[in-house]
Amino acid sequence: MIQTRYEVVRRREIAPKTVHLAVRAPEIARKYRPGQFVIVRTHEHGERVPLSLAGSDMEEGLIYLLVQAVGKTSGEIHDLAVGDAFLDVVGPLGRPTPIAEYGTCVLIGGGFGVGALQPIATALRDAGNRVIAILGARQRSLVLLEEETRALCDEVYVTTDDGSHGRKGIVTDVLREIIERAPVHFVMAVGPMLMMKAVSELTRPHRIRTLVSLNTIMVDGTGMCGSCRVVVGGQTRFACVHGPDFDGHLVDFEAIRQRNAMYLAEEREALERRRAEMEESCQVAALAGQTATARQSSTPKES
Amino acid sequence: MSAALSKKERLKISRNPMPEQEPEKRVCSFDEVPLGYSIETAILEAQRCLQCPVPTCIEGCPVRIDIPGFLALVEQGDFLGAAQKIKETNILPAICGRVCPQEEQCEAVCALTKKYTSVAIGRVERFVADYERASGASELPELPPKTGYRVAVVGSGPAGLTVAGEMIRKGHDVTVFEALHRPGGVLVYGIPRFRLPIEVIDHEIDYLKKLGVEFRCNVVIGRLYSIDDLLKEEGYHAVFIGTGAGHPRFLNIPGENLNGVYSANEFLTRVNLMGANKFPEFDTPIVRGERIAVIGAGDTAMDAARTARRLGTRQVTIYYRRTAAEAPCRVEEMHHATEEGIGFEWLTSPVRFLGNERGFLTGVEFQRMELGQPDESGRRRPVPVADSNYVVPAQVAIFALGFNVNPIIAETSPDIITTKEGIIKVDTKTGQTSKPGVFAGGDIITGGATVILAMGQGKIAARSIQEYLTNR
Ligand SMILES: Cc1cc2nc3c(=O)[nH]c(=O)nc-3n(C[C@H](O)[C@H](O)[C@H](O)COP(=O)(O)OP(=O)(O)OC[C@H]3O[C@@H](n4cnc5c(N)ncnc54)[C@H](O)[C@@H]3O)c2cc1C
Ligand SMILES: Cc1cc2nc3c(=O)[nH]c(=O)nc-3n(C[C@H](O)[C@H](O)[C@H](O)COP(=O)(O)OP(=O)(O)OC[C@H]3O[C@@H](n4cnc5c(N)ncnc54)[C@H](O)[C@@H]3O)c2cc1C
Ligand code: SF4
Ligand code: SF4
Ligand code: FES
Repeated sequence: MIQTRYEVVRRREIAPKTVHLAVRAPEIARKYRPGQFVIVRTHEHGERVPLSLAGSDMEEGLIYLLVQAVGKTSGEIHDLAVGDAFLDVVGPLGRPTPIAEYGTCVLIGGGFGVGALQPIATALRDAGNRVIAILGARQRSLVLLEEETRALCDEVYVTTDDGSHGRKGIVTDVLREIIERAPVHFVMAVGPMLMMKAVSELTRPHRIRTLVSLNTIMVDGTGMCGSCRVVVGGQTRFACVHGPDFDGHLVDFEAIRQRNAMYLAEEREALERRRAEMEESCQVAALAGQTATARQSSTPKES
Repeated sequence: MSAALSKKERLKISRNPMPEQEPEKRVCSFDEVPLGYSIETAILEAQRCLQCPVPTCIEGCPVRIDIPGFLALVEQGDFLGAAQKIKETNILPAICGRVCPQEEQCEAVCALTKKYTSVAIGRVERFVADYERASGASELPELPPKTGYRVAVVGSGPAGLTVAGEMIRKGHDVTVFEALHRPGGVLVYGIPRFRLPIEVIDHEIDYLKKLGVEFRCNVVIGRLYSIDDLLKEEGYHAVFIGTGAGHPRFLNIPGENLNGVYSANEFLTRVNLMGANKFPEFDTPIVRGERIAVIGAGDTAMDAARTARRLGTRQVTIYYRRTAAEAPCRVEEMHHATEEGIGFEWLTSPVRFLGNERGFLTGVEFQRMELGQPDESGRRRPVPVADSNYVVPAQVAIFALGFNVNPIIAETSPDIITTKEGIIKVDTKTGQTSKPGVFAGGDIITGGATVILAMGQGKIAARSIQEYLTNR
């Protein structure tokens, strides 16, 4: 067995600050199950950050990731070019989403959560379910993977906050109508915490089994540190080993929202530092360009 | 070398203290605190050994190092020879010399202990290993021809490293699977650099690599490959599980998920493995505060407190529900912590964490305890004192309360029998689990012990794996 170079093989900018990456990781591509995630690191000084698996190509040995640049590390990942590589990719992590023949399933995705929904939708379809998807976004340009989702699901609805695409409104408006129209047996929401909470509140009185995928702050992803702990049904659980999927009706979303804001000050500092570094390196590059031309006749260019 | 000393002369030499960095200086860096013996001191200390005909010290060492044997070589100035002698039984002497609780093991039963003070076995062991490393002379043993057998080692802590070292020397192919991006287990992510420098660990791992051990980091067994996959699809003939017990405990009390409340593992990992002490040069952040409360009094608590101090924390206090006498940490570490200005509050236990409106910790409410009747462990049980609650301000609180067992392996290999806590059941004489071809050792079979015990269990398992492979 040879250690893989986790190379970016394909890269597609699918929305502002949002990329869909195909990364070489043949073992993970072969072994992962829908709902699982990886933890990646981009360089020696880098942070370990979790990313959901958004599908794979087993033949080519590729895993798919959908990444939104929100801070320093996700910004660095967004900027990886084809041929660049991650330093580390560990996975698959977490328990897989339970797939069964439920009947009618509604999958709700917001932001990068739409990535994780792709393999879950496929698996649910293959298991004989009727699969409906609702994709929510602020505006048209932020609706992610709509075409791909349509190819996988029986029905797809899109909502935007400003009505620039699909329906004006939020995902729960559509979910409510679907539930009123016909029986729904399984709901899964992956996306912003507020969205997952609203979905869970909506399905609670209907007693529809509702799973949410919790994106907490993580370090190791193996149950060793407790950074990812969440409160579910009054009990402390570790999202990386006991999740990431949990029963949305039992999750304390407020506690997670607070914990996810733990490093806001530090995150800002890191992001500003990265901006400054990038500006500096642009200036250095510009300067180097000037001096190189100026010196071209006398000295050979330094490497 | 001078003629052999008489017993009387030997007894006259007193135990040599360990030179150390000054406390005021060392709290500003992660450099190692004990500086190590010089050549002269090491020889002098070795001369204190009486070369007992029945050396009790060996009984105290879980891996049975020939202690008088290596001390005699040190006395003669043959340090590389001494290193070879130790390595016959212990492949990680630079590590054990530093982190073994010697005062409870080899040194506790040294013949000198009763009337005098024991030979500083651990310090001389450390000296010998450091000498060898600095000389660059670590000789590779001659390896037997390849047997064609393949052994998978899961986890790269001291147990796994020991098994890897033993198995490669028997001519088998060995792959070590490690979940993290760096091998070493607790040695790397838990024990801080000021107690165990990274070069020491890397040197030992490089040595194993040179012998031909393959390290595969970023592989979580139970997720990427199950134990069955290793045996059936990946072509391994035997598997050793040394995954440790690093699944931190919390207390289930109000507020324990507030921002700033950490497990010691997370706090230490952020610093040791991820470099959070150098944020923003390194990307991983850590919450800092003026006051840090550490809960618990084991080695892990001392490490967390001393690390907190090195992050520039003004006031670090350790809170424990029993007294100093019952504290499970090494005496030496409590002494180091005290020197570094860390405070101790005994007979107190947290009942609740208090936070602000943004969910950040602001204080801890404690309750006083007193010691009642002895419990099963023979230690007197702490019982709460009525109406004794009090609040201390703190921006960071660190739980150092011990560990549960990581659930991943048990969950994905139901045929490996565990206790209800998840500890893998083995035959302690062989390390054999309930699954044929699968052996285990280290914290995963004890629920948390020491480096040297983990290594001892690794050796036992390696012997059984050898038997298992040859009798196939
Ligand atoms: C199971 C799981 C799956 C995820 N899947 C995806 C995905 O498919 N695509 C995607 O774009 N993002 C995903 N995320 C979120 C992603 O990990 C964070 O956006 C990323 O870590 C932010 O790092 P940063 O340095 O860019 O931003 P920062 O500025 O450091 O942080 C921005 C926000 O991200 C969160 N965050 C910060 N550090 C971590 C960390 N170490 N681990 C987890 N969250 C953190 C915090 O809530 C923080 O406020 C997932 C998270 C989890 C837990
Ligand atoms: C902070 C701290 C300080 C300590 N100080 C001392 C001391 O001074 N002296 C002393 O003797 N002992 C000390 N100990 C205890 C000692 O470190 C442990 O007893 C010892 O490390 C156990 O060794 P191990 O090989 O069983 O496992 P570990 O060292 O825990 O290593 C297990 C390894 O397995 C990996 N792993 C886990 N699950 C998987 C999986 N599914 N797949 C792949 N890899 C996996 C882990 O990432 C880890 O690297 C300390 C412990 C801590 C936490
Ligand atoms: S390995 Fe530990 S117990 Fe054994 S001799 Fe060395 S210090 Fe003592
Ligand atoms: S018991 Fe003490 S004095 Fe005797 S051989 Fe061992 S180390 Fe030397
Ligand atoms: S991320 Fe460390 S325990 Fe889950």
